[in-house]
Amino acid sequence: MKELVTTELKLLYRRKQELVNPLLFFVLVCSLFPLAVSPQAERLELIAPGVLWVAATLASMLSLDMLFRHDYDDGSLEQLAFGDQPLYLLMLIKIGCYWLMSGLPLVLISPLLGLMLFLPYEAMPTMLISLLLGTPVLAMLGSVGAALTVSLRKGGVIVALLALPLFMPVIIFGSSAVVAASQGLPATGQLLWLAAFAVAGICLAPLATASAVRIAVSCD
Amino acid sequence: MKSIWRWFHKWTSPKWFYQMSESWLPWLTGLAFILIPVAVIWGLAFAPPDYQQGNSFRIFYIHLPSAILAQSVFLFMAVAGLVSLVWRIKLADIFIKVAAPFGAAITLLALLSGAIWGKPTWGTWWVWDARLTSTLIQFFLYLGVIAIFSAMETVESAGRAASLTCLVGVVNVPIIKFSVEWWNTLHQPATFSLTEKPSMPAEMWLPALIAVIGFYCLFGAVTFYKMQSEIIYRERRSLWVRERFNSVTCQIDGGEKV
Repeated sequence: MKELVTTELKLLYRRKQELVNPLLFFVLVCSLFPLAVSPQAERLELIAPGVLWVAATLASMLSLDMLFRHDYDDGSLEQLAFGDQPLYLLMLIKIGCYWLMSGLPLVLISPLLGLMLFLPYEAMPTMLISLLLGTPVLAMLGSVGAALTVSLRKGGVIVALLALPLFMPVIIFGSSAVVAASQGLPATGQLLWLAAFAVAGICLAPLATASAVRIAVSCD
Repeated sequence: MKSIWRWFHKWTSPKWFYQMSESWLPWLTGLAFILIPVAVIWGLAFAPPDYQQGNSFRIFYIHLPSAILAQSVFLFMAVAGLVSLVWRIKLADIFIKVAAPFGAAITLLALLSGAIWGKPTWGTWWVWDARLTSTLIQFFLYLGVIAIFSAMETVESAGRAASLTCLVGVVNVPIIKFSVEWWNTLHQPATFSLTEKPSMPAEMWLPALIAVIGFYCLFGAVTFYKMQSEIIYRERRSLWVRERFNSVTCQIDGGEKV
């Protein structure tokens, strides 16, 4: 188990460009809004929570492809699926490592983008917590779609079609937490909802991902 | 007990299903074609107008059955998905494949009729209300299932992937169902329940009930009909299909992948 964690992290770390691209995408999408909507601070302040959350969701969806693609291509996904370790646990580790390398950096650079979009300082901690709780849910839900479409040559659009409807509740609660905090209201309720999603996602999604991986590797 | 198991095992046989659906199909089609016009004409022309909304409430007789089906078709698909993943029953895959486009269409009908109803009563075509939004998500989930069937290369992997999607997506159904109770929304709570007496007079709710039954019959008829053609296509190399459709199967076999 421990070895799997270190190999996973090493493998992900060696694909730096693939890790950096979604982050760049995140930054670029966020910087499009001041250009397209208005550079005025009062206006940007209003849309900042939504823009940050939508951009973070799209960025984490873009990086989903790397979760299983390489392992599928070199056959190691098949080895995992037919090995004697419980696939549920392996998937949990895989998605966890993937989130550490792709989701966490996204959360870490979000305050910078918050500043660029004039998000009030009071809302920064809430935004960080909401993304910290929300991005694991996105990774967990997205992993099901990524595993289902890994055997397809052009899986990208299908992943979006499958994952985005399921991402919607996360976006609703995530951005409404940030909106509440930026208006000086308590955001505990929304954050607790996100925490509940995270717990449910971490418990249940690897089960679905494991059976999706079995479907993908057994149907070639 | 043994006979129950035998009945259960029958469902794994496409041939048995084909023969069973052949005898059911005319009844379901007939009922659908009688009940829906009766309900719609009754509802649109003869039911008393609402004391508040006047005649604009009459779209209810389209909106209610389509919204009920939008949810329950997905529920059926999820049950079929479970059956397909656990027992690997081919019929369940076929059901999901043919039910998804019907579900998407009926969800679209529910959304459109709701929008048309919303304009005179709420003053707007669309609000980002909890029930409307979750129904929209439902519509996207149906489209996702349809997309899987068109993207996957083999029918087996498509069926199993779609089954899994249905099982994951079914979390949305209780959200739609209870959205009107959990959140303060513009959409009214459920009009009917199985346990309580309806809050409207019989000449108003009876056509709605008939419409719901009619829509279910229509769903059954369309599904059976499309499942039949899917079964014939998938089983085109088996003996019973060859014997039955001698000339047709020769053509299908002769050509490239249809």
